Amino acid sequence: MDKQTFDFATRAVHAGLIPDKATGARALPIYESAAYVFDNSDDAAARFALRKYGEIYSRIVNPTVAALEERVASLEGGLGAVATASGLSAQFITFIALASQGDEVLASSELYGGSITQLDITLRRLGIDTKFIDSDDPQDYAAAITERTRFIFVEAVANPSGHIADIEGLAAVAHAAGIPLVVDSTVATPYLLRPIEHGADIVVHSATKFLSGSGTVLGGVVVDSGTFHWGQERFPEFFKPVAAYNNLTWSGNFNEYSFLTRLRAEQLRDVGPALSAHSAFLIAQGIETLPLRVQRQVENTREIAEWLEQHPQVESVNWAGLETHAQHDRALKYFPNANSGSVFSFTIKGGRAAGKIFIDSLNLLSHVANIGDVKSLAIHPASTTHAQLSAEQLREAGIEEGTIRLSIGIESAKDLIADIAQALETSTQGDAPHSVEQR
Amino acid sequence: MTEQSLPLAAATRQISLNGASGPSGVACTVATPESERRWQGPDAAERNGILEKARSIAIVGASANPSRASYFVATYLLQSTNYTVYFINPKESEILGHPVYKDLASLPEVPDIVDVFRRSSAIKSVADDAAAVGAPVLWIQLGIWDDDVAEYSESLGLEVVMDRCIKIEHARFHQGLHLFGFNTGVISSRRAR
Ligand SMILES: Cc1ncc(COP(=O)(O)O)c(C=O)c1O
Repeated sequence: MDKQTFDFATRAVHAGLIPDKATGARALPIYESAAYVFDNSDDAAARFALRKYGEIYSRIVNPTVAALEERVASLEGGLGAVATASGLSAQFITFIALASQGDEVLASSELYGGSITQLDITLRRLGIDTKFIDSDDPQDYAAAITERTRFIFVEAVANPSGHIADIEGLAAVAHAAGIPLVVDSTVATPYLLRPIEHGADIVVHSATKFLSGSGTVLGGVVVDSGTFHWGQERFPEFFKPVAAYNNLTWSGNFNEYSFLTRLRAEQLRDVGPALSAHSAFLIAQGIETLPLRVQRQVENTREIAEWLEQHPQVESVNWAGLETHAQHDRALKYFPNANSGSVFSFTIKGGRAAGKIFIDSLNLLSHVANIGDVKSLAIHPASTTHAQLSAEQLREAGIEEGTIRLSIGIESAKDLIADIAQALETSTQGDAPHSVEQR
Repeated sequence: MTEQSLPLAAATRQISLNGASGPSGVACTVATPESERRWQGPDAAERNGILEKARSIAIVGASANPSRASYFVATYLLQSTNYTVYFINPKESEILGHPVYKDLASLPEVPDIVDVFRRSSAIKSVADDAAAVGAPVLWIQLGIWDDDVAEYSESLGLEVVMDRCIKIEHARFHQGLHLFGFNTGVISSRRAR
């Protein structure tokens, strides 16, 4: 048997997908079945008790979803993964696996708006108290940790500000306190950055974005490094007998596999946000071209960001790949050629009014509430994705009235720049574009 | 597709051994911290080779208690594999409908793998017994790491696997781990068997 290591691009195509046993199908078969027949009663009992790996019911295990899970785990360098129906449900089951009523969470204030409301409203209602940290300095996180803190949550590259988290520094602070660092790496993608290599313990993705790549489906993934030491004091759930599974203990029986086994057998089972087989197929297929797409996307992004930076109508460009950006050193440290993803923001002169006209004048970039598509996208966060936030939360999330978020696709950079140029031109004239109605 | 024991065609599989494939971090208080470890165990491909070659497994320290790891392993081996499984425990008489032997020497054959579920301090004597009956492999359960024990066992001529679960390792190469979303490290363009 060869002892061979496989590169990222090879694993993007092959990991998790061995040609189907039954048919030899080369593509990933879509197993649309809610349930699976047991061999006999003993077999059924063993599967239910987790004494045997086997399909039971597609809320918990599905062979098509499994292929996606292993593929993402491989690309992130993790021990394994659990896929879910959306990015927010991936976060939700992770959060409630780690924190209970009375516990605290530390999260960056620079998060996707839906993540902020998930923590600030829904988890708070369940008695889980999130402190949002409006600072980039790991020491400010360290100072906020109490004995009730259960984890730190940040975005590797924040949506929409484009700011890069100091994953190494945050991991050191988290580990010194005995808590895991959970990183949303949706915007970074495993092609550009693998947070586990820098000390993160758990990585979550909205697979809706770059992993699927064409804006077709919703999905989420949780990846675990398998290396976090779950301490008995902060994480007693790992050590208590689990009545539903014959009084096993997660830690005692599954050791490094305990977090993911528990996440699947408890949180996914009880909350229920299973990913559909068809969606898993689309995401797994999307990942086959992830390296090609994202490489092209960051090359386009560099061209567009450099062009925008020179434009008189642009106040600032928030992409750390630019040498002038305050975080450029961090971009160099964490990203190949400092290409910190293809989602970034820029601020247009003329505030909210100019921002609106810019958006309404675009003819090639699409005005949608999404990122990570092969089609280039634009939105005005203050009035849409982050509209739920207060003025202070907006400021803390790095969003101004005139901030425009771009998600750059794989079209020709020349054509994208032409579209952005004409929209900027229109926005300086201060008129609502007539072309919108006529299109 | 259920999981009957489907022996893996070892020669046709390539096991990727990059960081992504080998879960090595172990969170368990009884194990030596990773940074202080001296002994090096067999890699994924070698572990698969050990499992491929073996026909019989003796579980030393087998328990009839359904919440114990050894019970999990035993039910898995009996239901999901073709191995002949023997139980060893001087204090038990029957586990999962199978007879329990008092020691390795009482078994009707020499087991190919001796899978130990004993505390660290008791393992050297199990290694002595395994070597005495001529068993080739000593497999020490997940959560235990002891450089001295591993080196001592090797000095007796035993091949040693330590801090690994035989159920998890078998499942890694037979689709079980894959089904639960774990990274098996297996990359292959050949039809699954
Ligand atoms: C960074 C980030 N995390 C999480 C999410 C939520 O993902 P989903 O929409 O798949 O639930 C999004 C979606 O916009 C996002 O941009």
